[in-house]
Amino acid sequence: MSDSIKLNYQINDEDFTRAGEASGDVKKRLRQMGCSPEVIRKVAIAMYEGEINMVIHADGGEINVEITPEDITMVLKDKGPGIPDIEKAMQAGYSTAPDNVRALGFGAGMGLPNMKKYSDEMHIDTVIGEGTTVTMKVYQ
Amino acid sequence: MRNHKAIITKERCIDCGECIRICQNHAKLPSYDPLEVINDYDYTVALPAPSLYGQFNNLDDVNIVLTALKRMGFDDVYEVGASAEVVSQLSRDYIKKHREQWPLISTACPSVVRLIRVKFPNLIEHLLPIDPPVEIAAKEARKRAVEKTGLPEDKIGIVFISPCPSKVTSVKAPLGMEKSNIDAVCAIKDVYLKLLPLMKQIDDPEDLAMAGKIGVGWGVSGGEAGGLITDNYLAADGIENVNKILEDLEDQKFGNLEFIELNACNGGCVGGVLTVENPYVAKVKMNRLKKYMPVALKRIESGDAIKPENAMWTREIEYEPVFALGEGMKDNIHKMNMVAEIEKRLPGLDCGACGAPTCLALAEDIVKGEAKELDCIHLLREYVHRLSGEISKLDPM
Repeated sequence: MSDSIKLNYQINDEDFTRAGEASGDVKKRLRQMGCSPEVIRKVAIAMYEGEINMVIHADGGEINVEITPEDITMVLKDKGPGIPDIEKAMQAGYSTAPDNVRALGFGAGMGLPNMKKYSDEMHIDTVIGEGTTVTMKVYQ
Repeated sequence: MRNHKAIITKERCIDCGECIRICQNHAKLPSYDPLEVINDYDYTVALPAPSLYGQFNNLDDVNIVLTALKRMGFDDVYEVGASAEVVSQLSRDYIKKHREQWPLISTACPSVVRLIRVKFPNLIEHLLPIDPPVEIAAKEARKRAVEKTGLPEDKIGIVFISPCPSKVTSVKAPLGMEKSNIDAVCAIKDVYLKLLPLMKQIDDPEDLAMAGKIGVGWGVSGGEAGGLITDNYLAADGIENVNKILEDLEDQKFGNLEFIELNACNGGCVGGVLTVENPYVAKVKMNRLKKYMPVALKRIESGDAIKPENAMWTREIEYEPVFALGEGMKDNIHKMNMVAEIEKRLPGLDCGACGAPTCLALAEDIVKGEAKELDCIHLLREYVHRLSGEISKLDPM
């Protein structure tokens, strides 16, 4: 038996009602693992924001999570349009979300900033027209 | 389910009462004190919960109920609704001064506090640290009784007339305090039967009412929040809804709310398992009764036992991680992987025939050593098939 838990989630496109299911499931498992409340909170918020981003901008994608006693690694991979200007995208309040998404209360421009804020490490790989992979780590 | 009986995992139970509500065979019974408890004391005071008033048809004066309680054998009555108005007053003040804790979560429903304690440790800091109305009422009632009678405190019985068994648990194992002020908890449904004939005989009720609209309103979901005089609140009732709200709140899905009122029972306290009337009908009755009441009658006064400082929690609520499968993170990871392996072999139908509510729950029970894989009737059937196949191969017939 390995010393880690590996989880895989397929995120559906444009299904707002289901966004949050993956992060909710991870939250449940972290509780079972006996992780500290602070760690659970950080992972839940960072992953939920990432999940929503995938739905809004990239028609969904795939999330892989690995949990070890040392840290939690989340890899969010999509085949969306890519991020042309990461620096700009990281600014609080900057958003390219369409109006219909904003009407639902999303797209406040806090997604990436919150992901950065609540993760201990974050790395973005993006290729215009091919997709984006965001890797986040939260230390235990 | 073990050996055909429903077993409750005690550490995980939050006393929501769902098992009592749902079992058609009434296998699970709430625990509370019998009415005869009145005889154990020299002087008794009844503390009727606001939800009691929602049980009666055409009630237009709560004094009739309160007078009937005295004729039933109680020496005095002290409305929990009156103390609810005190809690509303204290809450308004606390919420205004503690913006950093917004949204504050109401703590009047003990099941909600217990749910947060085992499942939402991140939300503990949002709990409103004020004693629930019934505890405050108990303190005031005892003080008044001692002043009136000169009896020692332990000769006085403070009896809560409760809509829910969750309050029984919180008398035995209080939340936010060392020791409860309540001596006994009786059920609304027991009192109801005694009160009905007595109420019919009352022509000129005593003037005993101490609560107005705000206090009585606490019996119904949204009533506590209504007493805060702000629109910036959310009120949810029913344990599943409460759970969903807390999940979303933990993920920071809500904006700037000031206050969140949560009640484990549908409709609020009127939906408690110790009540008689359908909660939604009770709500209509309460609203009708409230219509001609003054907004509030009770505020903290100089002669009261309660002062703003001694109505606050004296003991912090601590996270109880009851969901961990083993000891320490490594062991937990190992066991969770075992659970995942077992779960793959189970049919995933969540049929419940093994006694566990879901296949996942059975897998967890197997890892904890409380069940075995062949408790699953589908796996058992396959096993038997395989076995009989082997036997037929052996049999030359």
